[in-house]
Amino acid sequence: MFMATRMAITITTDMFAYEFMTNAFAASGVVAVVSGLVGYFLVMRGQTFAGHALSHIGFAGATGAGLIGLAPLWGLLTFTVVAGVTMGALGERISNRDVVIGVVLALALGFGLLFLHYYTSFATQAAALLFGNVLAVDRATIVALAVLGAITVGALAVIMRPLIFASLQPELAEAKGVPLRFVSVIFLAIVALAVSACAQIVGVLLVFTLMVGPPAAAQRLTVGLWRGLFLSAALALAEAWLGLTLAFYTDWPVSFCIALLSALVYFATLPTAARHRVATA
Amino acid sequence: MSVVTLNHATLRVGGRNVLSRVGFSIEAGEFIGVLGPNGAGKTTLMRAILGLLSPSEGNVKVFGHTPRRGNPGIGYLPQVRTVLPDLRVRGRDFIASSLNGEHWGLPSLGRDDRITIEATLDAVGVRDLAARPLSDMSGGERQRLLLAQALIGQPKLLLLDEPLISLDARHQEVVIDVVREVCRRRRITVLFSAHELNQLLGTLDRVLYLGNGQAVLGTVDEVVKAPVLSRLYGTEIQVVRADGHIFVMSRGRDVERSDHLHDHNVHGHAHGHHHHH
Repeated sequence: MFMATRMAITITTDMFAYEFMTNAFAASGVVAVVSGLVGYFLVMRGQTFAGHALSHIGFAGATGAGLIGLAPLWGLLTFTVVAGVTMGALGERISNRDVVIGVVLALALGFGLLFLHYYTSFATQAAALLFGNVLAVDRATIVALAVLGAITVGALAVIMRPLIFASLQPELAEAKGVPLRFVSVIFLAIVALAVSACAQIVGVLLVFTLMVGPPAAAQRLTVGLWRGLFLSAALALAEAWLGLTLAFYTDWPVSFCIALLSALVYFATLPTAARHRVATA
Repeated sequence: MSVVTLNHATLRVGGRNVLSRVGFSIEAGEFIGVLGPNGAGKTTLMRAILGLLSPSEGNVKVFGHTPRRGNPGIGYLPQVRTVLPDLRVRGRDFIASSLNGEHWGLPSLGRDDRITIEATLDAVGVRDLAARPLSDMSGGERQRLLLAQALIGQPKLLLLDEPLISLDARHQEVVIDVVREVCRRRRITVLFSAHELNQLLGTLDRVLYLGNGQAVLGTVDEVVKAPVLSRLYGTEIQVVRADGHIFVMSRGRDVERSDHLHDHNVHGHAHGHHHHH
Protein backbone atom coordinates (compact mmCIF):
# COMPACT_ATOMS: atom_id res chain seq x y z
CA MET A 1 0.00 0.00 0.00
CA PHE A 2 2.05 2.92 -1.32
CA MET A 3 0.22 5.55 0.70
CA ALA A 4 1.12 3.75 3.83
CA THR A 5 4.74 3.66 2.72
CA ARG A 6 4.86 7.39 2.10
CA MET A 7 3.18 7.89 5.42
CA ALA A 8 6.05 6.13 7.14
CA ILE A 9 8.52 8.60 5.69
CA THR A 10 6.66 11.78 6.72
CA ILE A 11 5.77 10.34 10.06
CA THR A 12 3.65 12.38 12.41
CA THR A 13 2.27 10.88 15.57
CA ASP A 14 -1.14 12.46 15.02
CA MET A 15 -2.87 10.29 12.47
CA PHE A 16 -5.84 12.64 12.29
CA ALA A 17 -3.57 15.28 10.76
CA TYR A 18 -4.02 13.40 7.49
CA GLU A 19 -7.23 13.81 5.57
CA PHE A 20 -7.05 10.29 4.18
CA MET A 21 -7.04 9.00 7.75
CA THR A 22 -10.07 11.00 8.85
CA ASN A 23 -11.84 9.86 5.69
CA ALA A 24 -10.86 6.28 6.44
CA PHE A 25 -12.16 6.57 10.01
CA ALA A 26 -15.47 7.99 8.82
CA ALA A 27 -15.97 5.41 6.05
CA SER A 28 -14.93 2.41 8.13
CA GLY A 29 -17.05 3.65 11.02
CA VAL A 30 -20.21 3.72 8.93
CA VAL A 31 -19.47 0.38 7.30
CA ALA A 32 -18.49 -1.35 10.54
CA VAL A 33 -21.75 -0.47 12.27
CA VAL A 34 -23.82 -1.60 9.27
CA SER A 35 -21.81 -4.81 8.96
CA GLY A 36 -22.10 -5.58 12.64
CA LEU A 37 -25.87 -5.15 12.63
CA VAL A 38 -26.57 -7.07 9.42
CA GLY A 39 -23.95 -9.70 10.24
CA TYR A 40 -25.69 -10.45 13.54
CA PHE A 41 -28.69 -11.81 11.65
CA LEU A 42 -26.51 -13.49 9.05
CA VAL A 43 -24.85 -15.49 11.83
CA MET A 44 -28.16 -16.13 13.61
CA ARG A 45 -29.65 -17.54 10.41
CA GLY A 46 -26.60 -19.66 9.63
CA GLN A 47 -26.29 -17.98 6.24
CA THR A 48 -22.71 -16.75 6.48
CA PHE A 49 -21.69 -18.77 3.46
CA ALA A 50 -24.38 -17.08 1.40
CA GLY A 51 -22.91 -13.73 2.49
CA HIS A 52 -19.49 -14.89 1.41
CA ALA A 53 -20.86 -15.94 -1.99
CA LEU A 54 -22.53 -12.56 -2.46
CA SER A 55 -19.23 -10.78 -2.02
CA HIS A 56 -17.56 -12.96 -4.65
CA ILE A 57 -20.42 -12.37 -7.05
CA GLY A 58 -19.95 -8.68 -6.30
CA PHE A 59 -16.34 -8.94 -7.44
CA ALA A 60 -17.53 -9.95 -10.91
CA GLY A 61 -19.94 -7.02 -10.84
CA ALA A 62 -17.25 -4.54 -9.81
CA THR A 63 -14.78 -5.63 -12.49
CA GLY A 64 -17.58 -5.81 -15.05
CA ALA A 65 -18.56 -2.24 -14.19
CA GLY A 66 -14.96 -1.18 -14.71
CA LEU A 67 -15.04 -2.81 -18.13
CA ILE A 68 -17.95 -0.64 -19.26
CA GLY A 69 -16.61 2.49 -17.59
CA LEU A 70 -18.78 2.63 -14.46
CA ALA A 71 -17.67 3.02 -10.87
CA PRO A 72 -17.01 -0.42 -9.31
CA LEU A 73 -19.47 0.30 -6.49
CA TRP A 74 -22.40 0.31 -8.93
CA GLY A 75 -21.39 -3.00 -10.44
CA LEU A 76 -20.88 -4.42 -6.98
CA LEU A 77 -24.31 -3.25 -5.84
CA THR A 78 -26.13 -4.47 -8.95
CA PHE A 79 -24.61 -7.93 -8.94
CA THR A 80 -24.92 -8.56 -5.20
CA VAL A 81 -28.51 -7.34 -4.98
CA VAL A 82 -29.62 -9.38 -8.02
CA ALA A 83 -27.80 -12.43 -6.67
CA GLY A 84 -29.20 -11.92 -3.17
CA VAL A 85 -32.78 -11.56 -4.37
CA THR A 86 -32.38 -14.61 -6.62
CA MET A 87 -31.03 -16.70 -3.76
CA GLY A 88 -33.87 -15.65 -1.52
CA ALA A 89 -36.49 -16.25 -4.21
CA LEU A 90 -35.21 -19.75 -4.91
CA GLY A 91 -35.86 -20.52 -1.29
CA GLU A 92 -33.86 -22.30 1.33
CA ARG A 93 -33.62 -25.39 -0.83
CA ILE A 94 -31.04 -23.50 -2.88
CA SER A 95 -29.72 -20.74 -0.67
CA ASN A 96 -28.68 -23.14 2.07
CA ARG A 97 -27.00 -25.57 -0.29
CA ASP A 98 -23.30 -25.21 0.14
CA VAL A 99 -22.46 -26.99 -3.10
CA VAL A 100 -24.63 -24.80 -5.34
CA ILE A 101 -23.38 -21.66 -3.63
CA GLY A 102 -19.79 -22.86 -3.87
CA VAL A 103 -20.07 -23.52 -7.60
CA VAL A 104 -21.74 -20.17 -8.27
CA LEU A 105 -19.22 -18.16 -6.26
CA ALA A 106 -16.30 -19.84 -8.02
CA LEU A 107 -17.94 -19.08 -11.37
CA ALA A 108 -18.41 -15.46 -10.30
CA LEU A 109 -14.75 -15.11 -9.37
CA GLY A 110 -13.90 -16.64 -12.74
CA PHE A 111 -16.00 -14.02 -14.51
CA GLY A 112 -14.35 -11.33 -12.43
CA LEU A 113 -11.01 -12.56 -13.74
CA LEU A 114 -12.32 -12.57 -17.33
CA PHE A 115 -13.50 -8.98 -17.04
CA LEU A 116 -10.11 -7.96 -15.65
CA HIS A 117 -8.43 -9.76 -18.53
CA TYR A 118 -10.23 -7.56 -21.07
CA TYR A 119 -9.68 -4.36 -19.17
CA THR A 120 -6.05 -4.62 -18.26
CA SER A 121 -5.55 -1.08 -17.01
CA PHE A 122 -8.12 -1.91 -14.40
CA ALA A 123 -5.88 -4.64 -13.01
CA THR A 124 -4.19 -2.31 -10.54
CA GLN A 125 -7.56 -1.96 -8.88
CA ALA A 126 -8.00 -5.70 -8.56
CA ALA A 127 -6.08 -5.82 -5.31
CA ALA A 128 -8.14 -2.92 -3.98
CA LEU A 129 -11.36 -4.74 -4.83
CA LEU A 130 -10.22 -8.04 -3.36
CA PHE A 131 -8.56 -6.72 -0.22
CA GLY A 132 -9.97 -3.22 0.18
CA ASN A 133 -8.35 0.18 0.08
CA VAL A 134 -9.89 2.26 2.80
CA LEU A 135 -7.04 4.78 2.74
CA ALA A 136 -8.07 5.83 -0.76
CA VAL A 137 -11.67 6.64 0.20
CA ASP A 138 -12.76 10.17 -0.77
CA ARG A 139 -15.59 12.40 0.44
CA ALA A 140 -17.95 11.31 -2.33
CA THR A 141 -17.49 7.66 -1.35
CA ILE A 142 -18.18 8.48 2.30
CA VAL A 143 -21.45 10.12 1.31
CA ALA A 144 -22.36 7.12 -0.87
CA LEU A 145 -21.54 4.74 1.98
CA ALA A 146 -23.57 6.79 4.45
CA VAL A 147 -26.62 6.73 2.17
CA LEU A 148 -26.15 3.02 1.51
CA GLY A 149 -25.76 2.39 5.22
CA ALA A 150 -28.88 4.35 6.11
CA ILE A 151 -30.97 2.43 3.55
CA THR A 152 -29.57 -0.88 4.81
CA VAL A 153 -30.22 -0.21 8.48
CA GLY A 154 -33.62 1.31 7.72
CA ALA A 155 -34.72 -1.73 5.76
CA LEU A 156 -33.40 -4.01 8.48
CA ALA A 157 -35.44 -2.12 11.09
CA VAL A 158 -38.60 -2.60 9.02
CA ILE A 159 -38.26 -6.38 8.68
CA MET A 160 -36.51 -7.07 11.98
CA ARG A 161 -39.42 -8.51 13.92
CA PRO A 162 -40.60 -11.07 11.36
CA LEU A 163 -36.97 -11.73 10.42
CA ILE A 164 -36.14 -12.80 13.97
CA PHE A 165 -39.28 -14.93 14.19
CA ALA A 166 -38.65 -16.55 10.81
CA SER A 167 -35.00 -17.17 11.64
CA LEU A 168 -35.59 -18.73 15.04
CA GLN A 169 -38.78 -20.70 14.31
CA PRO A 170 -39.59 -20.94 10.61
CA GLU A 171 -42.39 -23.52 10.95
CA LEU A 172 -44.22 -21.54 13.58
CA ALA A 173 -43.63 -18.24 11.79
CA GLU A 174 -45.16 -19.69 8.66
CA ALA A 175 -48.18 -20.86 10.61
CA LYS A 176 -48.59 -17.40 12.13
CA GLY A 177 -48.64 -15.81 8.70
CA VAL A 178 -45.07 -14.57 8.22
CA PRO A 179 -44.26 -14.56 4.48
CA LEU A 180 -41.04 -16.58 4.84
CA ARG A 181 -39.94 -16.29 1.23
CA PHE A 182 -40.49 -12.54 1.10
CA VAL A 183 -38.61 -11.96 4.34
CA SER A 184 -35.76 -14.10 3.07
CA VAL A 185 -35.56 -12.16 -0.21
CA ILE A 186 -35.54 -8.78 1.51
CA PHE A 187 -32.97 -9.95 4.02
CA LEU A 188 -30.57 -11.19 1.37
CA ALA A 189 -31.00 -7.90 -0.51
CA ILE A 190 -30.04 -6.13 2.72
CA VAL A 191 -27.04 -8.43 3.07
CA ALA A 192 -26.10 -7.58 -0.51
CA LEU A 193 -26.10 -3.85 0.30
CA ALA A 194 -24.05 -4.44 3.43
CA VAL A 195 -21.59 -6.63 1.55
CA SER A 196 -21.17 -3.94 -1.11
CA ALA A 197 -20.46 -1.32 1.52
CA CYS A 198 -18.16 -3.65 3.44
CA ALA A 199 -16.17 -4.54 0.33
CA GLN A 200 -15.27 -0.85 -0.06
CA ILE A 201 -13.40 -1.03 3.22
CA VAL A 202 -11.89 -4.51 3.59
CA GLY A 203 -12.37 -5.93 0.08
CA VAL A 204 -14.62 -8.72 -1.17
CA LEU A 205 -12.38 -11.46 0.21
CA LEU A 206 -12.41 -10.09 3.73
CA VAL A 207 -16.03 -9.04 4.30
CA PHE A 208 -16.21 -11.79 6.91
CA THR A 209 -13.85 -9.82 9.13
CA LEU A 210 -16.58 -7.27 9.79
CA MET A 211 -19.75 -9.23 8.97
CA VAL A 212 -19.07 -12.53 10.74
CA GLY A 213 -16.25 -12.11 13.26
CA PRO A 214 -17.88 -9.40 15.43
CA PRO A 215 -21.42 -10.87 15.49
CA ALA A 216 -20.09 -14.37 16.19
CA ALA A 217 -18.03 -13.01 19.08
CA ALA A 218 -21.01 -10.98 20.34
CA GLN A 219 -23.20 -14.09 20.39
CA ARG A 220 -20.53 -15.85 22.46
CA LEU A 221 -20.46 -13.01 24.96
CA THR A 222 -24.18 -12.42 25.42
CA VAL A 223 -27.35 -14.38 24.73
CA GLY A 224 -29.68 -11.39 24.85
CA LEU A 225 -30.97 -10.22 21.49
CA TRP A 226 -30.64 -6.46 21.75
CA ARG A 227 -27.43 -6.66 23.75
CA GLY A 228 -25.96 -9.02 21.17
CA LEU A 229 -26.97 -6.76 18.32
CA PHE A 230 -25.42 -3.64 19.87
CA LEU A 231 -22.32 -5.51 21.00
CA SER A 232 -21.85 -6.83 17.48
CA ALA A 233 -21.94 -3.32 16.02
CA ALA A 234 -19.66 -2.01 18.79
CA LEU A 235 -17.10 -4.78 18.27
CA ALA A 236 -17.10 -4.22 14.50
CA LEU A 237 -16.57 -0.50 15.05
CA ALA A 238 -13.78 -1.06 17.58
CA GLU A 239 -12.04 -3.58 15.33
CA ALA A 240 -12.25 -1.30 12.30
CA TRP A 241 -10.93 1.77 14.11
CA LEU A 242 -8.26 -0.10 16.07
CA GLY A 243 -7.29 -1.82 12.83
CA LEU A 244 -6.82 1.56 11.15
CA THR A 245 -4.78 2.82 14.08
CA LEU A 246 -2.65 -0.29 14.14
CA ALA A 247 -2.07 0.02 10.39
CA PHE A 248 -1.05 3.66 10.77
CA TYR A 249 1.63 2.91 13.32
CA THR A 250 2.90 -0.42 11.94
CA ASP A 251 2.60 0.25 8.21
CA TRP A 252 0.77 -3.07 7.81
CA PRO A 253 -2.19 -3.19 5.41
CA VAL A 254 -5.39 -1.98 7.06
CA SER A 255 -7.43 -5.00 5.97
CA PHE A 256 -4.87 -7.31 7.54
CA CYS A 257 -5.04 -5.43 10.83
CA ILE A 258 -8.86 -5.58 10.90
CA ALA A 259 -8.83 -9.28 9.96
CA LEU A 260 -6.30 -9.94 12.72
CA LEU A 261 -8.36 -8.12 15.38
CA SER A 262 -11.55 -9.79 14.22
CA ALA A 263 -10.03 -13.25 14.55
CA LEU A 264 -8.34 -12.47 17.88
CA VAL A 265 -11.55 -11.18 19.43
CA TYR A 266 -13.55 -14.15 18.17
CA PHE A 267 -11.07 -16.72 19.47
CA ALA A 268 -10.77 -14.87 22.76
CA THR A 269 -14.53 -15.30 23.28
CA LEU A 270 -14.53 -19.06 22.73
CA PRO A 271 -13.38 -20.03 26.26
CA THR A 272 -16.08 -17.78 27.77
CA ALA A 273 -18.80 -19.70 26.01
CA ALA A 274 -17.25 -23.05 26.90
CA ARG A 275 -17.15 -22.10 30.59
CA HIS A 276 -20.73 -20.94 30.43
CA ARG A 277 -21.78 -24.27 28.96
CA VAL A 278 -20.05 -26.25 31.69
CA ALA A 279 -21.52 -24.03 34.39
CA THR A 280 -25.09 -24.51 33.20
CA ALA A 281 -24.87 -28.16 32.14
CA MET B 1 -69.16 -27.45 19.50
CA SER B 2 -66.70 -29.32 17.35
CA VAL B 3 -63.25 -27.82 17.37
CA VAL B 4 -61.88 -29.61 14.32
CA THR B 5 -64.04 -31.22 11.65
CA LEU B 6 -63.00 -32.89 8.41
CA ASN B 7 -65.67 -33.74 5.81
CA HIS B 8 -64.57 -36.05 3.00
CA ALA B 9 -61.32 -34.12 3.08
CA THR B 10 -58.45 -35.05 0.78
CA LEU B 11 -55.04 -33.62 1.59
CA ARG B 12 -52.47 -33.73 -1.18
CA VAL B 13 -48.75 -33.13 -0.75
CA GLY B 14 -46.38 -33.35 -3.68
CA GLY B 15 -48.94 -35.04 -5.94
CA ARG B 16 -49.74 -37.75 -3.41
CA ASN B 17 -52.99 -38.10 -1.51
CA VAL B 18 -51.71 -38.24 2.06
CA LEU B 19 -55.28 -38.44 3.37
CA SER B 20 -58.18 -39.44 1.09
CA ARG B 21 -61.76 -38.46 1.81
CA VAL B 22 -61.40 -38.63 5.55
CA GLY B 23 -64.02 -37.44 7.95
CA PHE B 24 -64.05 -37.02 11.73
CA SER B 25 -64.95 -34.50 14.36
CA ILE B 26 -62.99 -33.50 17.48
CA GLU B 27 -64.92 -32.02 20.38
CA ALA B 28 -63.90 -29.20 22.71
CA GLY B 29 -61.63 -30.18 25.56
CA GLU B 30 -60.65 -33.55 24.14
CA PHE B 31 -57.11 -34.88 24.37
CA ILE B 32 -56.53 -36.69 21.09
CA GLY B 33 -53.52 -38.92 20.53
CA VAL B 34 -52.61 -38.79 16.84
CA LEU B 35 -50.89 -42.00 15.82
CA GLY B 36 -49.86 -43.84 12.71
CA PRO B 37 -46.78 -44.91 10.78
CA ASN B 38 -44.28 -42.42 9.34
CA GLY B 39 -45.74 -40.53 6.40
CA ALA B 40 -49.32 -41.33 7.44
CA GLY B 41 -50.16 -37.62 7.47
CA LYS B 42 -49.85 -36.48 11.09
CA THR B 43 -47.92 -33.33 10.20
CA THR B 44 -49.98 -32.81 7.03
CA LEU B 45 -53.20 -32.86 9.06
CA MET B 46 -51.81 -30.25 11.44
CA ARG B 47 -50.73 -28.06 8.53
CA ALA B 48 -54.27 -28.25 7.15
CA ILE B 49 -55.71 -27.24 10.53
CA LEU B 50 -53.26 -24.30 10.61
CA GLY B 51 -54.45 -23.17 7.21
CA LEU B 52 -51.12 -23.88 5.50
CA LEU B 53 -52.64 -26.50 3.23
CA SER B 54 -56.08 -26.48 1.63
CA PRO B 55 -57.92 -29.73 1.03
CA SER B 56 -58.18 -30.67 -2.66
CA GLU B 57 -61.58 -32.21 -1.95
CA GLY B 58 -64.05 -31.86 0.88
CA ASN B 59 -63.44 -29.38 3.66
CA VAL B 60 -61.66 -28.74 6.93
CA LYS B 61 -63.32 -26.64 9.60
CA VAL B 62 -61.62 -25.25 12.69
CA PHE B 63 -63.91 -23.67 15.29
CA GLY B 64 -66.57 -23.90 12.57
CA HIS B 65 -64.60 -21.85 10.02
CA THR B 66 -62.26 -22.48 7.15
CA PRO B 67 -58.77 -22.44 8.68
CA ARG B 68 -56.64 -19.38 8.12
CA ARG B 69 -53.01 -18.71 8.86
CA GLY B 70 -52.22 -16.88 12.05
CA ASN B 71 -55.28 -17.99 14.01
CA PRO B 72 -54.51 -16.88 17.58
CA GLY B 73 -56.79 -19.60 18.94
CA ILE B 74 -54.30 -22.29 17.92
CA GLY B 75 -51.06 -23.05 19.73
CA TYR B 76 -48.57 -25.01 17.68
CA LEU B 77 -45.45 -26.95 18.53
CA PRO B 78 -43.84 -27.98 15.25
CA GLN B 79 -41.79 -31.12 14.99
CA VAL B 80 -38.34 -29.80 15.82
CA ARG B 81 -36.33 -29.74 12.68
CA THR B 82 -34.72 -26.37 12.34
CA VAL B 83 -33.31 -25.41 15.71
CA LEU B 84 -29.85 -24.31 14.68
CA PRO B 85 -27.25 -26.13 16.77
CA ASP B 86 -25.33 -22.92 17.38
CA LEU B 87 -28.28 -20.75 18.33
CA ARG B 88 -26.95 -18.52 21.06
CA VAL B 89 -30.20 -16.78 21.85
CA ARG B 90 -31.63 -17.05 25.34
CA GLY B 91 -34.92 -18.81 25.96
CA ARG B 92 -36.86 -15.69 26.86
CA ASP B 93 -35.96 -13.93 23.59
CA PHE B 94 -36.69 -17.12 21.67
CA ILE B 95 -40.21 -17.24 23.09
CA ALA B 96 -40.70 -13.49 22.76
CA SER B 97 -39.93 -13.67 19.04
CA SER B 98 -43.23 -15.45 18.50
CA LEU B 99 -45.31 -12.72 20.14
CA ASN B 100 -46.66 -10.62 17.28
CA GLY B 101 -43.66 -11.89 15.33
CA GLU B 102 -45.63 -11.44 12.11
CA HIS B 103 -45.78 -7.66 12.60
CA TRP B 104 -43.28 -5.43 10.78
CA GLY B 105 -40.86 -3.12 12.50
CA LEU B 106 -38.63 -3.46 15.51
CA PRO B 107 -39.38 -6.13 18.09
CA SER B 108 -40.78 -4.68 21.27
CA LEU B 109 -42.74 -6.10 24.14
CA GLY B 110 -45.41 -4.35 26.12
CA ARG B 111 -45.97 -4.84 29.82
CA ASP B 112 -48.78 -7.30 29.15
CA ASP B 113 -46.58 -9.32 26.81
CA ARG B 114 -43.92 -9.63 29.48
CA ILE B 115 -46.45 -10.69 32.09
CA THR B 116 -47.89 -13.26 29.70
CA ILE B 117 -44.44 -14.69 29.00
CA GLU B 118 -43.51 -14.92 32.67
CA ALA B 119 -46.84 -16.50 33.58
CA THR B 120 -46.48 -19.13 30.87
CA LEU B 121 -42.89 -19.87 31.85
CA ASP B 122 -44.15 -20.57 35.37
CA ALA B 123 -47.11 -22.66 34.20
CA VAL B 124 -44.78 -25.02 32.35
CA GLY B 125 -42.05 -24.77 34.98
CA VAL B 126 -39.32 -23.49 32.67
CA ARG B 127 -38.41 -20.21 34.33
CA ASP B 128 -34.85 -21.49 34.76
CA LEU B 129 -34.51 -21.86 30.98
CA ALA B 130 -35.38 -18.25 30.18
CA ALA B 131 -31.86 -16.91 30.65
CA ARG B 132 -30.03 -19.77 28.95
CA PRO B 133 -29.17 -19.95 25.25
CA LEU B 134 -30.93 -22.55 23.11
CA SER B 135 -27.57 -24.02 22.10
CA ASP B 136 -26.91 -25.08 25.70
CA MET B 137 -30.27 -26.80 26.24
CA SER B 138 -30.92 -30.50 26.10
CA GLY B 139 -33.66 -31.82 23.83
CA GLY B 140 -36.05 -32.11 26.76
CA GLU B 141 -35.45 -28.57 27.96
CA ARG B 142 -35.92 -27.20 24.46
CA GLN B 143 -39.15 -29.13 24.08
CA ARG B 144 -40.55 -27.81 27.36
CA LEU B 145 -39.63 -24.28 26.30
CA LEU B 146 -41.42 -24.74 22.98
CA LEU B 147 -44.41 -26.09 24.86
CA ALA B 148 -44.48 -22.94 27.00
CA GLN B 149 -44.38 -20.90 23.84
CA ALA B 150 -47.25 -22.82 22.27
CA LEU B 151 -49.39 -21.97 25.30
CA ILE B 152 -48.84 -18.21 25.07
CA GLY B 153 -51.94 -16.27 24.04
CA GLN B 154 -54.44 -18.61 25.71
CA PRO B 155 -55.03 -20.94 22.73
CA LYS B 156 -58.16 -23.06 22.65
CA LEU B 157 -56.56 -25.70 20.48
CA LEU B 158 -53.06 -27.07 20.85
CA LEU B 159 -51.30 -28.91 18.02
CA LEU B 160 -48.27 -30.80 19.28
CA ASP B 161 -46.31 -32.47 16.52
CA GLU B 162 -44.19 -35.30 17.91
CA PRO B 163 -43.27 -33.47 21.11
CA LEU B 164 -41.74 -36.64 22.59
CA ILE B 165 -39.32 -37.34 19.80
CA SER B 166 -35.67 -37.63 20.85
CA LEU B 167 -36.55 -37.29 24.53
CA ASP B 168 -35.59 -39.85 27.13
CA ALA B 169 -38.33 -41.59 29.09
CA ARG B 170 -38.20 -39.23 32.06
CA HIS B 171 -38.58 -36.13 29.91
CA GLN B 172 -41.35 -37.76 27.91
CA GLU B 173 -43.27 -38.21 31.15
CA VAL B 174 -42.64 -34.59 32.11
CA VAL B 175 -43.90 -33.27 28.78
CA ILE B 176 -47.04 -35.42 28.89
CA ASP B 177 -47.77 -34.45 32.50
CA VAL B 178 -47.38 -30.75 31.80
CA VAL B 179 -49.63 -30.88 28.74
CA ARG B 180 -52.30 -32.86 30.57
CA GLU B 181 -52.23 -30.65 33.63
CA VAL B 182 -52.31 -27.30 31.79
CA CYS B 183 -54.82 -28.36 29.16
CA ARG B 184 -57.27 -29.94 31.58
CA ARG B 185 -57.18 -26.81 33.69
CA ARG B 186 -57.69 -24.46 30.74
CA ARG B 187 -60.04 -26.76 28.83
CA ILE B 188 -57.74 -26.77 25.80
CA THR B 189 -58.36 -29.25 23.01
CA VAL B 190 -55.13 -31.13 22.22
CA LEU B 191 -53.91 -32.99 19.17
CA PHE B 192 -50.80 -34.79 20.35
CA SER B 193 -48.98 -36.79 17.70
CA ALA B 194 -46.69 -39.56 18.83
CA HIS B 195 -45.01 -42.74 17.71
CA GLU B 196 -46.07 -44.76 20.66
CA LEU B 197 -49.48 -45.23 22.17
CA ASN B 198 -48.52 -46.57 25.58
CA GLN B 199 -47.17 -43.40 27.12
CA LEU B 200 -50.40 -41.60 26.25
CA LEU B 201 -52.80 -44.32 27.42
CA GLY B 202 -53.48 -42.77 30.80
CA THR B 203 -53.97 -39.31 29.32
CA LEU B 204 -55.81 -39.43 26.01
CA ASP B 205 -59.57 -39.32 25.60
CA ARG B 206 -59.64 -40.64 22.08
CA VAL B 207 -57.12 -41.75 19.51
CA LEU B 208 -56.91 -40.60 15.90
CA TYR B 209 -55.12 -43.30 13.97
CA LEU B 210 -53.86 -42.42 10.49
CA GLY B 211 -52.54 -44.74 7.80
CA ASN B 212 -52.98 -45.79 4.21
CA GLY B 213 -54.67 -42.47 3.37
CA GLN B 214 -57.36 -43.10 5.98
CA ALA B 215 -58.18 -41.84 9.45
CA VAL B 216 -60.08 -43.52 12.26
CA LEU B 217 -61.12 -41.62 15.37
CA GLY B 218 -62.42 -43.39 18.44
CA THR B 219 -61.62 -44.68 21.86
CA VAL B 220 -58.57 -46.89 22.25
CA ASP B 221 -60.82 -49.96 22.47
CA GLU B 222 -62.65 -49.01 19.28
CA VAL B 223 -59.60 -48.16 17.21
CA VAL B 224 -56.65 -50.13 18.44
CA LYS B 225 -57.68 -53.58 17.33
CA ALA B 226 -56.44 -55.92 14.65
CA PRO B 227 -59.01 -55.39 11.85
CA VAL B 228 -58.88 -51.58 12.01
CA LEU B 229 -55.11 -51.33 12.22
CA SER B 230 -54.56 -53.97 9.52
CA ARG B 231 -56.54 -51.72 7.20
CA LEU B 232 -54.54 -48.63 8.20
CA TYR B 233 -51.14 -50.28 7.98
CA GLY B 234 -52.04 -52.20 4.81
CA THR B 235 -50.63 -55.36 6.33
CA GLU B 236 -51.76 -57.91 8.86
CA ILE B 237 -51.52 -56.48 12.35
CA GLN B 238 -51.90 -58.14 15.73
CA VAL B 239 -52.77 -56.17 18.82
CA VAL B 240 -51.35 -57.64 22.00
CA ARG B 241 -52.43 -56.35 25.37
CA ALA B 242 -50.26 -57.13 28.34
CA ASP B 243 -49.99 -55.60 31.79
CA GLY B 244 -51.85 -52.42 30.84
CA HIS B 245 -49.74 -51.97 27.72
CA ILE B 246 -50.79 -52.34 24.11
CA PHE B 247 -48.39 -53.65 21.51
CA VAL B 248 -49.14 -53.24 17.83
CA MET B 249 -47.31 -56.05 16.08
CA SER B 250 -46.71 -57.04 12.51
CA ARG B 251 -45.27 -60.52 12.02
CA GLY B 252 -43.97 -60.51 15.57
CA ARG B 253 -42.39 -57.04 15.34
CA ASP B 254 -43.58 -54.07 17.36
CA VAL B 255 -44.38 -51.62 14.55
CA GLU B 256 -44.58 -48.50 16.70
CA ARG B 257 -41.34 -49.28 18.37
CA SER B 258 -39.49 -50.05 15.15
CA ASP B 259 -40.82 -46.83 13.61
CA HIS B 260 -39.56 -44.94 16.55
CA LEU B 261 -36.18 -46.58 16.54
CA HIS B 262 -35.93 -45.90 12.87
CA ASP B 263 -36.29 -42.18 13.55
CA HIS B 264 -34.22 -41.84 16.64
CA ASN B 265 -32.06 -44.09 18.67
CA VAL B 266 -33.12 -42.56 21.94
CA HIS B 267 -35.83 -44.73 23.33
CA GLY B 268 -34.79 -45.62 26.80
CA HIS B 269 -37.06 -47.54 29.09
CA ALA B 270 -40.45 -46.19 28.20
CA HIS B 271 -41.96 -49.59 28.91
CA GLY B 272 -40.63 -49.60 32.40
CA HIS B 273 -43.53 -47.40 33.48
CA HIS B 274 -46.98 -48.74 34.14
CA HIS B 275 -50.11 -47.11 32.91
CA HIS B 276 -53.37 -48.32 34.31
CA HIS B 277 -56.60 -47.35 32.73
